[in-house]
Amino acid sequence: MDVDGSQARMAAFLRDHQDKIVGRWSELVVAAVRGRSSAVEARSELEDIYSLVVGVLSGPGEQARVELRAVLTEFSRSRARGGFTPSETALGLFSLKEAVYEQIADSAELMPEFLAFSRLIDELGLYTFESYAAARERIITDQATSMLELSTPVVRLWDGIIAVPLVGTLDSARTQLVMEKLLETLVATGADHAVLDITGVPTVDTEVAQHLLKTVSAARLLGAECTVSGIRPQVAQTIVALGIEFGDIATKATLADALAHALSRAGLKVGPA
Amino acid sequence: MERVPILKIGSTLFVSIQIDLQDETVIRLQEDLAEELVATHATGVIIDITAVEIVDSFIGRMLTMIGSISRLFDAETVLVGMRPAVAITLTELGLSLRGVRTALNAEKGLALLNGSA
Repeated sequence: MDVDGSQARMAAFLRDHQDKIVGRWSELVVAAVRGRSSAVEARSELEDIYSLVVGVLSGPGEQARVELRAVLTEFSRSRARGGFTPSETALGLFSLKEAVYEQIADSAELMPEFLAFSRLIDELGLYTFESYAAARERIITDQATSMLELSTPVVRLWDGIIAVPLVGTLDSARTQLVMEKLLETLVATGADHAVLDITGVPTVDTEVAQHLLKTVSAARLLGAECTVSGIRPQVAQTIVALGIEFGDIATKATLADALAHALSRAGLKVGPA
Repeated sequence: MERVPILKIGSTLFVSIQIDLQDETVIRLQEDLAEELVATHATGVIIDITAVEIVDSFIGRMLTMIGSISRLFDAETVLVGMRPAVAITLTELGLSLRGVRTALNAEKGLALLNGSA
C-alpha cells in the first residue's frame, strides 16, 4: 500500500500548491507556443487537466483516468486543428513536470513521489501525442474526401454535350468517381457527346491514360462519344515518349476545339450573328 | 425456360429484355434472332437492356456474338439503354463490345439505324 500512500502524499502536495504550479505551468505553455493562445485561455484549460491529474493520483478509481483521457483527447484535437506542432502539444503536458519540480525542489523527502509523478506525466504526454496524430489523420482523410467531391464536376456545354474538367491526379478512386458521375449525367441528360478536359491533370502516365481509356470505353457502351481535350505540349511529349495509344479517341488541344468538334458531329455550327 | 420476345417494327427487329438474363435465355435469344432475321429480312436489330441490372462476361460475349451474327445477314445491331453500373462492370471486365453499336435509348438507337441505312 506504499504506492497508494506516496500517490496520496503527492496529490496532497499538488493540491496545496495548485495556484503557484498552475500559474507557472500556463506561463511555460504560453511561452512555448509563442503567444498563439492567450494566458487566460491556457490557464482555464490547464486547470481542468491539473485537477484531473490530482484526481487520478488521489484515488484508485478508473473514473478519473477515463475522464482525464477524454479531456486530453479534446486538448490534442483542438491543438491539431489550431495548427500547433506535435511537440508543442506534448510540451504542453511535459512542462507541468518543470512547474512541479520548481515547487518540490526544496522538499527532498518527496523526490521518490516526484519520480512516480513524472512517469505518469510521461505516459499522459505520449497519450496526447497519439491522440494528436489520430486527430491529424482524421483531418487529412476528411479533406481528401471533400476534395474528391469538389474536384469532379460534370458541366453541360450544349444541348447533348457535357464536359468533365479534371483537376488533380487521376488515381483509380478518382476515375471510379468520375466515371460514375459522367455516366449518370449522360443517362440523366440524354447527352451523346462528352469532353474529358485534362488541362488540370499535372502528369499523364500510362496509368492515367489507362484510366482515361476506361472512362471513354464505358461512355461508349452507353452510346456516347468522348473527346479528350486540354493536352498541353509537355503532356503530348510524355504521351508520345511513353508510347501511349489513344486509339480512335479524338484528342484536341483545347476545350474550345473539343466543343467545336462535338458541335460539328451533332450537325451544329456556330457562326457570326 | 423464359423467352425474350422479338418484335418486328418496319425493317427493324426490336428486342426488349425485361428479365434477369440466364445463360440459356441468351443462347435461345441468339437462335431465335437468327431465324427471325432470315424470315423477315430485317436490316437492323435494337436490343434494349434498360431493365438489365447484371451483365457478366458470358452475356457480354453473347451480345457481341449476336452483333456478329446479325452482320452476316447484313443487319446492324444497336445495344440501347445500358445502365451506368453495367457499363462500369463491363469495362472493368475488359469487354468493350466491339462490333456492337450503342445508343443511350431506343429512340436514339432507331435514329442511328435510320441514319446509317
